[in-house]
Amino acid sequence: MKIAIASGKGGTGKTMVAANLAFTLSRDGQVTLVDCAVEEPNLHLFFPAPAVITEVTLPVPIIDENTCQHCGLCGEFCQYGAITVLPTRVLFFSELCHSCGGCMLACPNDAIHEEPKRIGTVAVSTPLPRLKHISGMLDTGNPHAVPVIRAAKKLAVGDPLVICDSAPGTSCPVVETLDGCDCCILVTESTPFGLHDLRLAVDVACRLGIPTGIVINRSDGKDEAILEFCRDHNLEVMLTIPFDRGIAAIQSRGNLLCEIQPTWQNEFNGLFMKCKALCKGER
Amino acid sequence: MKVCITSKGATLDSPTEERFGRAPYFIIVESEGGSFEALKNPYADGGGGVGPKAAQVLIAHEVKALISGQVGGNAREVLAAAGIAMYTYNAGGTVMDAFDQFAKNTLVRT
Repeated sequence: MKIAIASGKGGTGKTMVAANLAFTLSRDGQVTLVDCAVEEPNLHLFFPAPAVITEVTLPVPIIDENTCQHCGLCGEFCQYGAITVLPTRVLFFSELCHSCGGCMLACPNDAIHEEPKRIGTVAVSTPLPRLKHISGMLDTGNPHAVPVIRAAKKLAVGDPLVICDSAPGTSCPVVETLDGCDCCILVTESTPFGLHDLRLAVDVACRLGIPTGIVINRSDGKDEAILEFCRDHNLEVMLTIPFDRGIAAIQSRGNLLCEIQPTWQNEFNGLFMKCKALCKGER
Repeated sequence: MKVCITSKGATLDSPTEERFGRAPYFIIVESEGGSFEALKNPYADGGGGVGPKAAQVLIAHEVKALISGQVGGNAREVLAAAGIAMYTYNAGGTVMDAFDQFAKNTLVRT
């Protein structure tokens, strides 16, 4: 079973929910926690542990200027503007390259071959006996988040229970994270910004055909707007976490609410039960 | 020689466009004689990678100098490699005004 945790608005508490859910469930069974927020992963703050790190690479074209006839076919083929063929040389912009391999096929002179270029890393660790933590990390300055997310998720294939912590927003990295998941938890806060971005995130999950449930975090008890939205869209609020200084203090120390206040494990186990029902379409 | 000015419209009276890669029009003026040609930029609504492509349009038209407000890093690299001189104009005037300033040598080469 694969559960994605996304939000729309940033800073609502995805990582807090992901970390506490993973901690709680790992007490009873094997859990894999994947940090898919590869531009700025932060689950490692809650689960520090020595990790095995591997590189993530993408193939990029290398053009042999000696063999190149400057015919321009590779540049014409490239949809991303990554190759510019001038009369006497070829310019290549690696940050625009999407590694499709088309330029290599288009070249009539065998002047292009591919070499791997590093774009980031994936770290795997075991912070708790039944918790496997995979963290994708995109290299600073590199725009290709999606392949790093893919590499991280690949290491979780076949694992019985996988929790994917997503980046905020609704663009490609989020879609890549949600893709293939059995259900999605959207963490929101009861502010106008939270609701605005929640609408967008619900739309994405819906288009991807992923059953979705809501967690309201930092609730001040005045959640009417969010609750009305959920009613109108037949979305269940699966858990409400109050706006509480004590919880904030635990979080900001990098500690786990479910570890410091074990009664919260009941809440997160309840959240998991509702996710299972969501996956089975019992909503 | 041919000089390209980024423009919002298709005539010499059109207001200049500050951006290069997504400029609606490229006005190519022949400095000897003043004749001109207006090219609609096919990459004006492009998502990404438009700089190098727009630069290639200029190369294909044998442009020797570009007058624009801001030229991005990738476009700049291609233009420089192709030997096309870049001049900055952001006074907000018309294409004709920009060309006049170029002809009088009052534009800064960047």
